[in-house]
Amino acid sequence: MAKPELKHSATQARLAGLTLPAGGWSEPARRDALSRLIAMGLPQRRDEYWKYTRPDALVDPATPFAAVLTSDEIPLFDHVDRLQIVFVDGVFDADASDDLALQGVVIERLAETAKSEIHWAKAVYGTLEARGQKPVERPFAAMNTAFATDGVVIHVTGKPSKPINLIYRHRSESSDAILHHVIRVDTGAEATILENGPAAARFNKCTEIDVADGGVLHHVRAQGRDHERRAVTHMFARLGEESVFKSFTLTVNGMLTRNECVIELTGDNAVTHVAGACVGDGDFHHDDTVFITHDAVNCESRQVFKKVLRNGATGVFQGKILVQPGAQKTDGYQISQSLLLDEDSQFLAKPELEIYADDVACSHGSTSGAIDEDAMFYLRSRGVPESTATDLLTLAFLAESVDEIENKALADDILARLQGWLARRR
Amino acid sequence: MLEIKNLHVKLEEEEKQILKGVDLMIEAGKVHAIMGPNGSGKSTLSYVLSGRGGYEVTEGSATMEGVDLLELEPEERAAAGLFLAFQYPVEIPGVGNMTFLRTAVNAQRKARGQEEMSAAEFLKVVRERAKSLKIDADMLKRPVNVGFSGGEKKRNEILQMAMLEPKMCILDETDSGLDVDAMKLVADGVNALRDIGRGFLVITHYQRLLDHIQPDVVHIMADGRIVKSGGPELALEVEHNGYADILSEVA
Ligand SMILES: Nc1ncnc2c1ncn2[C@@H]1O[C@H](COP(=O)(O)OP(=O)(O)OP(=O)(O)O)[C@@H](O)[C@H]1O
Ligand SMILES: [Mg+2]
Repeated sequence: MAKPELKHSATQARLAGLTLPAGGWSEPARRDALSRLIAMGLPQRRDEYWKYTRPDALVDPATPFAAVLTSDEIPLFDHVDRLQIVFVDGVFDADASDDLALQGVVIERLAETAKSEIHWAKAVYGTLEARGQKPVERPFAAMNTAFATDGVVIHVTGKPSKPINLIYRHRSESSDAILHHVIRVDTGAEATILENGPAAARFNKCTEIDVADGGVLHHVRAQGRDHERRAVTHMFARLGEESVFKSFTLTVNGMLTRNECVIELTGDNAVTHVAGACVGDGDFHHDDTVFITHDAVNCESRQVFKKVLRNGATGVFQGKILVQPGAQKTDGYQISQSLLLDEDSQFLAKPELEIYADDVACSHGSTSGAIDEDAMFYLRSRGVPESTATDLLTLAFLAESVDEIENKALADDILARLQGWLARRR
Repeated sequence: MLEIKNLHVKLEEEEKQILKGVDLMIEAGKVHAIMGPNGSGKSTLSYVLSGRGGYEVTEGSATMEGVDLLELEPEERAAAGLFLAFQYPVEIPGVGNMTFLRTAVNAQRKARGQEEMSAAEFLKVVRERAKSLKIDADMLKRPVNVGFSGGEKKRNEILQMAMLEPKMCILDETDSGLDVDAMKLVADGVNALRDIGRGFLVITHYQRLLDHIQPDVVHIMADGRIVKSGGPELALEVEHNGYADILSEVA
């Protein structure tokens, strides 16, 4: 079989138009990532880890066309007091962004820092991504480390008074953006990162998150409503002792969205929660791939993923909890559920547990079902029209994952938005 | 108010005939009671009237104020003024009781071309009616019926009825599971709504409820038919002698 050659040539074709940014502290990491990538090759349909999601549009040398979403709606988080960092088609926009100075945090543009040879981010950039390549390969992340053209490095040293909001804007129908962010949370420091907005026609984003002992990071992100995007995102997080990392993602629309989340609990008593709510309609494909490694004692991990699918939409969940030898008292929980609003839609789930310690409590569950007919009739018998009843029940279903967001105001903002979007579709 | 003629109903999925020719006429202002052995078709009748799926009407008709109920969607029947207090109220996780009530009230108002109730006005009315049914603020905040005790669920049904102010109220075993005091509360709730413009159909197994809600007519349902009708004394007869006498008498 000529498969490896095919894979190699497809990878070469994809990389042909890209140049590896040279110079500065990141260059060695980029070169390493490139050799990792060449060794792995970009994914193809037959790859086990891409069994449910076709990577073609992400590998294609030509950028797929994506219409720019025109919308008059108020952007998410608009009423939240936050520090705004704007990227237009994957390029930092200083004019649209706020002043990056904020007490308790040092924010720099990746491209700016790269001019120097020495930087704290050097210890993280590409490092967490490289660690996350085992036991499963994540070639798009290596590609990102090698070729990222922009991004921010955020050093949380204290407790900044407001969230840092990474805002993406899509202006060009053929933009192909590769962004790489690095976040380091110091011992005892705490911050909230928000992300929203359509980023580009094709988007490859990688975020490396290093949370030191006792550090806390909250992350709330919204993807959508740009429908024609093809996006692959990675989050690599490493958690120290007694640290906390909680991440929530809302995904609405999108022809292809693959969100990989790779978390390593390396310090005792660390806590991580990852949650996602997704609304898919029509030619929609959304994939949540999560890999959580417990490598310390008494850590907690929790995954709550909910998808509402209709009109032939596809939802994928691949979630794994790996408990390493010695990671006793692990508390691992995972639930993935889909609400299928018609028979054309499908949910593909692959929950996995791999446990090498004996004193652990791990559970996982996955369900897929239609709207509860009894609840539907009950609502309708009270005079609630079928469409409104569907929205109410759908929102109730999704709310269980939105509830994972600790900040009530942010959760309410997400819920209100979902309500609007659910109503809008008909 | 409600007129049921020769109603025949079978299950949609299987060849099982449940209602075999029900005739019933309830005038506005009247309270009718239906008693009958388990499985005789009482709940089926209430479901078919309110539009639940899974049943097929093979013969007969059901009209409310001259409108063919069987042609309407469940929500349209509700907006037209029909209400069913469920024998087994449904739990809806994630939907707050208050949100549910307000959505229902406003949906019906909208369907009738009335203006929606303001949030403040709604809150005032709901609090007042909940109070008289001893439903506390916590129950209003919680998801619909989730974790409610059997009696709380039944009181919650009556609260919905009080908020929706329907014209034709069907109560399916609203008394079962209620303690003596709660039964009194529920009966008071029903009696408060008794009005010349409103009809009631009360399904029950026990004469006790009928002490509190005095019926005008009592019907006995058996094997998918109304087999006997009479005054309140019929309920007493059932209470004392069971159904055997009545059933053998009509057989
Ligand atoms: N969906 C269904 N599938 C199968 N059988 C059904 C269904 N619905 C009703 N039945 C049957 O129809 C008959 C009438 O049921 P129904 O619930 O109407 O009785 P009921 O008079 O309300 O009884 P109870 O006093 O116990 O509440 C029963 O034999 C019941 O098992
Ligand atoms: Mg019954």
